[in-house]
Amino acid sequence: MKILYALFAAAFAALAIVPFAAPWLQFVLTIAIAKGFAAVGVALLLRAGLISIGHAMFYAAGAYTAAFIVLRSGISDLFVLLIASTLVTAVIGALVGAYLVRYRAIFFAMLNLAVSMVFFALLSKLYGITGGTDGLRVPVPTVLGMTLTKAGFDIVLFYVALALMAIIAGLGVQFLKSPLGHAVGAIHTNEVRLEYLGVSAWSVLLIAYTISAALAGLGGAIAAVSIGHVLPDYAYWTESGHLVLTAVLGGIGGVAGPFIGSIFLEIVHTVAVGVAHNAWNLIMGATLLLVIFFLPQGLYGLVTKSADKTSSAKLGENKS
Amino acid sequence: MSQPLLKAESLTIAFAGIKAADNVSLEIEKGEFLAIIGPNGSGKTTFLNLCTGYIRPVSGEVYLEGEPITGWAPRRIARQGIARAFQIPQLFTDQTVRSNLLLAIASRQGVWDGLKPLARRRYQEEADELLELLGLSAHADAIAGTLPEGLRKLADITLALALKPRLLLLDEPTSGVSALERFSIMETLMNAMRTKGLTALFVEHDMEIVERYADRVLVWNSGSILAQGKPAEVLQDPRVVETVVGVA
Ligand SMILES: Nc1ncnc2c1ncn2[C@@H]1O[C@H](COP(=O)(O)OP(=O)(O)O)[C@@H](O)[C@H]1O
Ligand SMILES: [Mg+2]
Repeated sequence: MKILYALFAAAFAALAIVPFAAPWLQFVLTIAIAKGFAAVGVALLLRAGLISIGHAMFYAAGAYTAAFIVLRSGISDLFVLLIASTLVTAVIGALVGAYLVRYRAIFFAMLNLAVSMVFFALLSKLYGITGGTDGLRVPVPTVLGMTLTKAGFDIVLFYVALALMAIIAGLGVQFLKSPLGHAVGAIHTNEVRLEYLGVSAWSVLLIAYTISAALAGLGGAIAAVSIGHVLPDYAYWTESGHLVLTAVLGGIGGVAGPFIGSIFLEIVHTVAVGVAHNAWNLIMGATLLLVIFFLPQGLYGLVTKSADKTSSAKLGENKS
Repeated sequence: MSQPLLKAESLTIAFAGIKAADNVSLEIEKGEFLAIIGPNGSGKTTFLNLCTGYIRPVSGEVYLEGEPITGWAPRRIARQGIARAFQIPQLFTDQTVRSNLLLAIASRQGVWDGLKPLARRRYQEEADELLELLGLSAHADAIAGTLPEGLRKLADITLALALKPRLLLLDEPTSGVSALERFSIMETLMNAMRTKGLTALFVEHDMEIVERYADRVLVWNSGSILAQGKPAEVLQDPRVVETVVGVA
């Protein structure tokens, strides 16, 4: 366990020097972390055995909320935007979830997909409100009253995203160890027993769904202010599929998994697009196959396994 | 005036035209250890399903200490104090026995606490006590799904006990276990029941066990009660011998 934390601390430190050591990676990583929040949300539902193929709608909801607030109310503080977008998306998530968490398996997956497609259509068609398929431009937010250049803001945003990732990961680890966190997993393994313990699976799932939507919303808001432009495409179903893929690839065994998956995918994407533009889907597909066959616990499984090995080697009791 | 802990009144349910409960009425007194026997498919498990809200009767009522609970959801009935162990153990199979039990203990307060660990001291102590009582201490850290059937049954019962129920329903606690193990499971169970001062109903196939442990026995046949009374008498009843004892 200690090794694992040391590993995470080292990875975190490496990320923290990116704006200086590899400036080209800064934007890529900001987006990776933004999508990572959404993927963590998807992973939370996966723990309950539910696949949402619609979570990009909450990512988009967070992004559009941030855009609306800046454009309509004139409030442009980064922190206000992030908090407000997260809360608004949580409310939307609770409303959608109240209806969807009755369903299981393929019905849950398809209903999420359906609702997200309606959401996508609304974003595309309601030109007067959403800017239609052109989307909305998002001006550079202020930070605690300071007006920054775009470049300066991007650096601040990167560190804010990094800090939020650490905070969410910390809270997430706690959550998964809590009674409620266990109850989420219990829905997957034995919902009947959970109900017979007097626990409402519906309520547990609604809370999980709301949290997952809020996380996606936070990610969307970060993406909106980072990219400076929101589009209906944020909500497109392929984006939802991408989030599921990210969560599975990263691994749902721990909160770090989806972030690892997201950072991995964004970097592979960037490199692949640069090196062999047409091969992106091929590279993605092949990577996923490799992970599914060789790393059923996802990339996170690889990390925990190697940490395990190192620690047992140190104790001189090589288990494997 | 004491009213029965559980009262079932004219419960009726049919599946595909076959009556699994046919106008069933019975009462369970506080402190009683009541056995249900009967051939396979006679509706014993169905009766437990009706009492715990898993299925709704077509007609009839269930009362828990006078309060009608018919048609309530299982979680609500569980919170009112009826706990159940299943014919096929219902565990969180990917978790340790201890972790299963901790969740059961935590669920008495609802599981809404999202920030404090499940494995907190107070729950751990209670879990240890229960594991000890049910003789599961040695298996506390085993993954529940990997245990042999007898131990899974005990673990399932432990989850029910962790709810501190007013009434415990046990569906064939000793089935799938060698004849030798049966008595040791029952001894463990009876010890736990006495320690907790519980009222329980248990479905059982083994007549020796019924005779030795039950205060009263109900004989089920085709969805209705064929006979009831003290085990020693009921098990001699020729009709009972014909439908149940001979078959089992
Ligand atoms: N949910 C159900 N749907 C359809 N038929 C059922 C259901 N539950 C029980 N039955 C039928 O009701 C009868 C009684 O079953 P059960 O109560 O499980 O018997 P027992 O526990 O005494 O062996 C059987 O014929 C069984 O097939
Ligand atoms: Mg049965």
